Amino acid sequence: MKMLEIKNLKAGVEGKEILKGIDLTINAGEVHAIMGPNGSGKSTLAQVLAGRDAFDVGEGSVTFNGQDLLELAPEVRVREGLFLAFQYPVEIPGVNTTYFLRAAVNAVREHHGEAALNAVDFLKLMRQKINLLELDESLLKRSVNEGFSGGEKKRAEILQMALLNPAMAVLDETDSGLDIDALKVVANGVNTLKRADNAQLIITHYQRLLDYIVPDFVHVLYDGRIVKSGGKELALELEEKGYDWITSGELQTA
Amino acid sequence: MSADTETIDRFVAQEYKWGFYTDIEADTLPPGLDEDVVRHISTKKNEPEWLLEWRLKAFRHWETMKEPHWPQVKYDTIDYQAVSYYSSPGAKDKDRPKSLDEVDPKLLETYEKLGVPLHERERLAGVAVDAVFDSISVGTTHKEELAKHGVIFCSFSEAVQEYPELIKKYLGTVVPYTDNFFATLNSAVFSDGSFVYIPKGVRCPLELSTYFRINAAETGQFERTLIIADEGSHVSYLEGCTAPMRDENQLHAAVVELVALGDAEIKYSTVQNWYPGDEDGNGGIYNFVTKRGICKGARSKICWTQVETGSAITWKYPSVILRGDDSVGEFYSVALANLAQQADTGTKMIHLGKNTRSTVISKGISAGKGQNSYRGLVQMGKNATNARNYTQCDSLLIGSRCGAHTFPYIEVKNPSAQVEHEATTSKIGEDQIFYCNARGIETQDAVNMIVNGFCKEVFRELPMEFAMEAQALMDVSLEGSVG
Repeated sequence: MKMLEIKNLKAGVEGKEILKGIDLTINAGEVHAIMGPNGSGKSTLAQVLAGRDAFDVGEGSVTFNGQDLLELAPEVRVREGLFLAFQYPVEIPGVNTTYFLRAAVNAVREHHGEAALNAVDFLKLMRQKINLLELDESLLKRSVNEGFSGGEKKRAEILQMALLNPAMAVLDETDSGLDIDALKVVANGVNTLKRADNAQLIITHYQRLLDYIVPDFVHVLYDGRIVKSGGKELALELEEKGYDWITSGELQTA
Repeated sequence: MSADTETIDRFVAQEYKWGFYTDIEADTLPPGLDEDVVRHISTKKNEPEWLLEWRLKAFRHWETMKEPHWPQVKYDTIDYQAVSYYSSPGAKDKDRPKSLDEVDPKLLETYEKLGVPLHERERLAGVAVDAVFDSISVGTTHKEELAKHGVIFCSFSEAVQEYPELIKKYLGTVVPYTDNFFATLNSAVFSDGSFVYIPKGVRCPLELSTYFRINAAETGQFERTLIIADEGSHVSYLEGCTAPMRDENQLHAAVVELVALGDAEIKYSTVQNWYPGDEDGNGGIYNFVTKRGICKGARSKICWTQVETGSAITWKYPSVILRGDDSVGEFYSVALANLAQQADTGTKMIHLGKNTRSTVISKGISAGKGQNSYRGLVQMGKNATNARNYTQCDSLLIGSRCGAHTFPYIEVKNPSAQVEHEATTSKIGEDQIFYCNARGIETQDAVNMIVNGFCKEVFRELPMEFAMEAQALMDVSLEGSVG
């Protein structure tokens, strides 16, 4: 079943085109990885999917579960099931993490006509998910992401993903800034959340995350276009040959 | 979709929910100020000769003074002769109501609309309210219960009649009639306000509250509040204020004096929501207020908590004179300047006694074209051995057309005194809002969440019943502050 269908998507910022025509289809149950060198447009794609209005979408369409995704406000996208784990999670001083997470969970629940969770029920749900991610519970008493280490921030993102239980999760360079132990914990969390009725789009610069999360498809993004797609072996090939292999131009003619 | 900043930058006029006007017959003095007006007010109130003399001394002194222009606020010159200095609801020939039963139903309705029911059956449980409408107090609830504990809570005018010795003893002892331009003006023409006396060793069983309402046009409100906490007593007092929406500015120049004797504690909280004017700066209240308390006795404590969301201009510095040894002064403030509002507010902590301690937590929020200044003085006198102060000033900016300013003044004359000052400025960023959006939270809710998080330290100092109200008020006052 088609979950996300991106057709000829072009987007940019302040007149500068960054995405120059992306085509990508993701079905339920699939894990896709997008790799590419710095500046290829990976994070722009993630932000455009999540609805950041700093980017102007020129041409193209994005259909998510049959809906025109680009017509939806960012908060509606996540309520409808498209979740973005941020590359740089934002600190919100003064706002308690537990309070924030409950507001997020209840916003999604109410969107689906479900009753809001009270504090007690929410804590139960949260404890379950925390154990999954080996997260230190004391973090939840602090302000959102404030003073969290890089690894704590990324784990907190995966906790949010676990709580919101999205149909489609986009992970934007979740591996950046993680040591190998944190990487394993995050990957383990992601793998645990994988089901036949959801999908994941993993955006990464390095192959190493893919040692722990095995993608069904790998796409190479370069200069705003997907220039090559393949199975998980493509990631290994990239690791071995480096991005020069693609940027040298051989690929386009191959 | 246009650029990012526009989301936060686009401001629309907020809705002021308390902006209605009560059409009621009133006995209003024509605009203008001279000695006759001062005499007239005093006569209306049937005041003793000494009080009239005090008013006249103040008036004569005021005539020699100049309006201060050092605050970081801008406004057109006020024509003090264009203001009416007295307006009392009810016909000229009628006496003021003796009890709440005699109060004009229109007035009771007004307070009900404001969420402050005065009727016996509906009034707020656990809170005694004195309701001040323009220049007079329309009534005080829960009087009998308070009387059982010896607590006096009544209008200032009533106190002048019933407890003249207390008034004479304390009036002007904290804020002398020569203090400053607006306090001196108030001393000459003050109309009503609240009076509180808590006897020795009594812990006031109810929260005391005054609700100030300006109704009449072109009228100034000059109320005066005096609270005396005798030795070992404790009281928590809250004031709230609203006014109709009008295109012209109205002047509110109040004076509050607090006296805490040995081991006494006064907690004074304000939720100020005068009409702020519109986004172009038309209309709104000029809130020029002098509030000061004295910790007279040893181990006494005064705590000011203020949530300032309204007024076109706020100019106030609730202060504490820490005279008693081991006395404590606290100031917790949230000041919002949205639309075209200007706030210049802060505190003065004057340490005179030994081991005196003070804490200042100020949270300034600027949005729209609002300008918010913190101005604070910490003074350590030469006898203030081991005195300590901690000041924290945080500013939060929403959008790019507002401003935040900090003016701390520190004077230390005792080498053992310690003063600490911390200040931060932050901005609600697009990235924070988008992050909340990406978690399903709408923009307005995100702003409210961030602002309430920012104000938390102050809100938790408010009496429970009002903390919720303050939070709700903050949400409403920021409604439409982001597009």
